[in-house]
Formats: sequence, C-alpha cells, structure tokens
Amino acid sequence: MHSTRHGWKWLLSAPALVVLVLAASGPLLIVLVYSFLTPGNMGGVAWVPTGEAWFRVFFKRDLFEPDVITWNDANLMVLWRSVWLSLQTTVICAVLGFPTAWFIATRPPTNRPFWLFLITIPFWTNILIRTFAIQEMIRNNGTLNTLLDWLGLISAPLDLLFTDFAILLGMAYVFLPLMVLPLYAAMEKLDFRLVEAAYDLYASRRRALWHVILPMVKPGFIAGSILVFIPAIGSYVTPRVLGGGRTMMLGNLIALQFGQGRNWPLGAALSVMLLVIVTAALVLYLRTVSKESGGPRG
Amino acid sequence: MTRYFATGVAALLASTGLAQAQLNIYNWGNYTSPEVIERFTAETGITVTITDFDSNDTALARVRQGGHGFDIVVPTHHTIPTWIAEGLLQPLDPAIVTDRANIAPQWLDVAFDPGREYTVPWQWGTTGVIVNTSVYAGDINTADVIFNPPPELQGRINVIPEMSDVMAIAVYHAGGEDLCTNDMDVLRRVRDTLMNARQHWLALDYGTIEAFGAGDFSAGLYWNGASMRARALNADLAFGYPATGYPLWMDNAAVLADAQNPENAMRFINFILQPENAAGLSNFARYANGITGSEAFMDPDMATAPEIVIPEALIAAGRFSTACPQEITDLHTQIWTELLQ
Repeated sequence: MHSTRHGWKWLLSAPALVVLVLAASGPLLIVLVYSFLTPGNMGGVAWVPTGEAWFRVFFKRDLFEPDVITWNDANLMVLWRSVWLSLQTTVICAVLGFPTAWFIATRPPTNRPFWLFLITIPFWTNILIRTFAIQEMIRNNGTLNTLLDWLGLISAPLDLLFTDFAILLGMAYVFLPLMVLPLYAAMEKLDFRLVEAAYDLYASRRRALWHVILPMVKPGFIAGSILVFIPAIGSYVTPRVLGGGRTMMLGNLIALQFGQGRNWPLGAALSVMLLVIVTAALVLYLRTVSKESGGPRG
Repeated sequence: MTRYFATGVAALLASTGLAQAQLNIYNWGNYTSPEVIERFTAETGITVTITDFDSNDTALARVRQGGHGFDIVVPTHHTIPTWIAEGLLQPLDPAIVTDRANIAPQWLDVAFDPGREYTVPWQWGTTGVIVNTSVYAGDINTADVIFNPPPELQGRINVIPEMSDVMAIAVYHAGGEDLCTNDMDVLRRVRDTLMNARQHWLALDYGTIEAFGAGDFSAGLYWNGASMRARALNADLAFGYPATGYPLWMDNAAVLADAQNPENAMRFINFILQPENAAGLSNFARYANGITGSEAFMDPDMATAPEIVIPEALIAAGRFSTACPQEITDLHTQIWTELLQ
C-alpha cells in the first residue's frame, strides 16, 4: 500500500518531468544522432552513419590528397578563442562589477533601488541594437576614432572593429549587469559589523578585503561567474556583429555549419562539444569552490 | 488621398480583427522596396510582413523544416531546381498570375524554371568587386583585388558569404570555363587561391552597405546593386567586373507549397509583374528586374550607372551559371567548408 501511494506522489511531478525530457533531452538526442550522420544535399542530413563529423572537429583531411591528415587548427582556434574570451569577459566583469556592487550596497537603503535601477536600464534596449551602437562607436570612422583623431592622438584610424578586442569589449559590456546583480545580492546580506570588527582587531584594509569581505561575497562571485561565463561562451550576436564573420566564436561556427557551411553533422558535433565544455567547466568550478570552502582559512 | 484612405481602412480593419488579409514574404535583407509594399497594401488591403534571410542556404534550411509561416520566397536561380525538386514551391495560378507575358523574352523560358511555371523575376545582377578608389587606384576589373590583394587592401576586405558567387569567380579566375568544371587541376587551384586569400580578408559578412560607406572595408566581393547603394554613401567606391569571368544571377519570387495565404501570394506575384512595380523594386535595390517596360519608371541615374551598364569589353566575361551536378557541388561545398572553418 505504502509503495503505491509513494508511486502516486511521484506522478505529481510527471508533467514537469515529461516537459523536461521532451523539451531538453529530446532535441539534444537528435543533435547527438545528427552528429554521427552524413551531410545532406544543400543542408540537412543523409541517414548514413559516419564518424566523419567528429573527426573533422579535430582533424582535417586534404581534399585532393585524402591521406594527408592534419590538426584542424581553424576549429581548434575558434574553440580556444571562445574559452579564452569568455574567461577574460568573466574576469573583467568581476573586476568592474565588484566596486560597482560595493558602491550600491554601501548606499543608504532608501537610495539603493535607484542605483540598481540604473544598472538595469541597458536591459530596456535590445542587445542587438546595443551591439550595433558599439559597432558605430569603434568603427574606423566611428565616434572613438574621430575623437582620438580630433585630439591629435592618432594619425590613422585604429582598427578596432572585427577584432578579438571588439568582441571582448562587447561581451564585457553586455554581461556586466549579470555580475553586478548577484554580487550586490551577496553584499546586501553582508554584516558590516564584521568588517568593523576586523578593523578593531587591527586588520589592514587589504586584509579586511581578502579575509573578511571576499569570502563572504564569494557566493555572489560564483553565481555571477556562472551567469557570465556560460552565455559568453555560447555568444552569437556579439561576435557576429563585432567579429564580422571571420573572427568567430563557437556559436557562430555552429550557426555557419547549419547555414552556408551546409554541414549539419559537423554543426551538431560542435554543439555537443560546446555542451561538454560548459558542463566540464561548471563541474570543475563547483568542485574547486566546494573544496576550498570546506578547507581551513588562514 | 485614396491611398491614405485605403491604408487607414486597412489599419482600422486590422485593429478590429476583421481583416485577415495577410502576406508573409521571406526575402534577402534590405532588398524589398517599402514603397512597393505600401502600394500593394493600399491597392489590396493585404498586410505584408517581411522576414530577412542572409543566404540561399539559410532560406532553404528554414523552409525545409516547415512551420515557417511564409508565403513567398525569393531564392537565386541556381537553387531553384532544388526548391522545385523537393516540392517546396507551388505552381503559379494562371487565373491570378495573368501577366507573365510582361517578363522580358530572355528571362521567360529559363533553364532553371522552364516556361516560368513556378517563379517570376525579382531582380537580376552581377557579382564583382567593390573597391575604394581612394585607397587603391589600380585596375579594378580583376579578381586579384580579392584573391591576391595589394598591400594597401590586405586586411581590409569583405567577401559576401555566398558559396556560388565566391566559387564562380574563383573558378573563372583559376582558368575554368564553367562553374561546374570537373577539371581537378582547376579545382585544386581554386582551393589554394581561396585558402591563401583568406588571411587577407577582414570579414565574410553580409549586409555591409553602410560598412563600405563608412570605410570599414576598402574592397570586397559584392553585388552590383549593393555596390551602387554603397557608392551613394561614399563616392570613392567603384564596382569592377573581373575580366577572367564573373557571375550573372537572378533572384526569383515564388509561392511556397505550404503557404498560408496562397491567394494573396499569387496576387503579389502578379503585382510585381507590372512594369511600374518592378521598377519600384529596382529603384530601391538598384538592380535590373527583367520586366519589359519597367525602364520608363526607373530612376534616370540607373540608366547610366557603371554598376548597371557593363563596359562593352567585359560583357562577354559575364556568365550565367546553372546548378552543378551533385558530385561537383560536393567538391565546392568541401572547399567552401574548409574556407569558412
């Protein structure tokens, strides 16, 4: 009897489970299956199983001399750029976000909503429009170059657009609020008496920051880093607009295979790759963090 | 006055939910004259929604999936046989599309759609090179501007991400007569030329009229009409026709097999067969249109524009490609994929 009742209870969560399985695992399974098929005529897949797509994620075979096999440095370069730019974005957001969140958290409680409100203003405008605005500012005859030229600091326009730097700038700008908000949430709960206690015990400002404040707002850093890193590594719009289709990130490389590249299996394999990287990064990160917080603190 | 009245009535009907007259067009971005659409809505009361695509591949992939909700699509000629063979288009309804005779004779019975059973001309043009002559003053009627760029153009080049255009210019440049050549030496040269050229390209982007105007790029592989629109923003820009050979192309409007509003779509097809409306499309997109009598309604500067009027000596270098056999397309795709990785 007991087990039956237990089974019924379990059924209550069935709708949610069905949605999860169908909406998340289902498409994912299709992607996984597609990655082991052959590209179809002008896109799509032909139901001929092969490991060619996975092979091509890492290696390339000379079209006219099939025996010549080398590393697929183009793909690996995009992979590396995605990870590296996302890491840099996360660090930049953390460095810029911390003082911002600190500033807001140390305002009188009645003023804080106003400062938070300022942080959320960029969300009012579509990300695409904001990204095009950045493009307008850093292009060769754009706002920044015109200004620098007018000030006499440069003689020829700086090539900023369609570079890694442009992508980094765009991503740091877009994702900064996602770091500030969780950091603020952590700081808001911070007991400032502890900081005062640290000072009372002759802790220097730096010591108070490293040993009192940072450990306490760490959950905010963790949440912020995850919120920034994961969408950053899958970015599509920012590298598309500011990278110009040549300086690609993984999201663009994947989209390309499903469009003009006409190689859906390769796109599917790259998508699975992205998922693996994100999951691995997350697991690694959470493990390091949980280990650290369990250990002694000096 | 009537026009405003009609638009007003249409808006009123739409807002009260009475009018269900709609049409969804799936077309290349920045390609559909808003004025022609306004005129169509004023005349018929049909509300038009336009969605952009950025390549034939994107359009084909999206329509194949179904559930797209589009009525009209405007693919390039060489992909039309694929669209027809896969049953994605429906034959034009002769009861509504009554003016097919307006199509200029040379565009009437075309290899990609014999007898114009499925498609009508939208615009046609050439693919060549665009060069900022204030940066590079040399000969621009050569593909070497893109494939072996002089130092001042290196790293300042944008190439449209359209496989058939890029492959065609590269094949002709490598000495191939026909886009669909199966000469392996030519194809190997094509691959090597493209792979070597790629380091000098800044971007492979679509929709770059403003970027050329603003000086972000100094040269590129581009379409003639887009190049003419870029010249309107920056007088230093010029369009060149590679002497080794360049592609001619035609985009064609067709009604999708799973169109939600097939009747409205057919009415629109017949609407753009009218010389005045075809000219409206040209005046916006800056390409020729293939409709007899439309010249009378076109902007006078288009009659003399160097992007439209091909120099006498270079006319013969323009080639109209057909869809290649599958094994050749496979080779092209592999070169293309390697190039874009």
